[in-house]
Amino acid sequence: MNDADTRLVSVLDSIPYARFLGIKAELAGDEMTAVLPFAQHIVGNPMLPAIHGGVLGAFMEMTALAQLSVAAPMKRQPRTIDVSIEYLRSGRPQTTYARASIKKLGRRIANVHVEAWQETRSAPIATLRGLFLVAPSED
Amino acid sequence: MSDHEQTKLIATAMNEGSPQAKALGFTTLEIGDAVALLKVPYRPEIIGDPETGVIAGGVVTTLLDHASGQAVHAAMETWTSIATLDLRIDYMRAAEPGLDVMARAHCYKLTRSVAFVRAVAYDRDPEDPIATGQATFMLDSSAGKKAGANLKPSRQQRSKTGGVDQ
Repeated sequence: MNDADTRLVSVLDSIPYARFLGIKAELAGDEMTAVLPFAQHIVGNPMLPAIHGGVLGAFMEMTALAQLSVAAPMKRQPRTIDVSIEYLRSGRPQTTYARASIKKLGRRIANVHVEAWQETRSAPIATLRGLFLVAPSED
Repeated sequence: MSDHEQTKLIATAMNEGSPQAKALGFTTLEIGDAVALLKVPYRPEIIGDPETGVIAGGVVTTLLDHASGQAVHAAMETWTSIATLDLRIDYMRAAEPGLDVMARAHCYKLTRSVAFVRAVAYDRDPEDPIATGQATFMLDSSAGKKAGANLKPSRQQRSKTGGVDQ
């Protein structure tokens, strides 16, 4: 495992809420895909059934945090300043994937965009745009 | 049954019937007149930063979304299905480790198709918020959709297999 792999595994393993939701991640080079396997306890609307919108928001926020940990070693976990979430399609009872793109990683602020999808990447079910307060390591 | 009693039943159904709300232990403390006050109890499983023991931002997201949805139901005269269109959350400060988190949501405008909601999450004092949220909801979101609609293959899947979208 290289450094980025190690950081990714340790960040997801260390966050209790990421474990509670069952979030995993796969890294290919510097490209990370976060995976949210379907489970009954992440359902919000039992009638359709559909994944809870809050869970999708949380999943995309975690994806952004994980991507930041891959991009650079941090002195501490980035703090979320704000997120703006758009819900495009209802989350079906199947595996959800997400990828984050860091638009800018500054000395204090990071701007990150995330997209979540299920069977078709070109048909995202939700997107998130977030601002994070970061503390990259000096070395 | 009064409107208030009916709204309370909807709130209970949304907390008990929604597996994620139940898994997080959401309860509704107050509901009525377009306002809902919900609580999530503090517990180790929902921590976001293990170094500080602070509750995960994502849990606050889910609580604000859920509370906002209940505020919409508290504003409507008759029940319809609703779906979150968008949600913006500002995180002002870390929640205090060990404390339950509350969310008060107010549906301040209801149109024929869309509801507008503002919400505040706090632990000790509503005037010292952890986070604020602003959300819009689509009303009658599952119009025509039957129970179990999401169990059928999606449009994209059907087009891949040459099926017809009916």
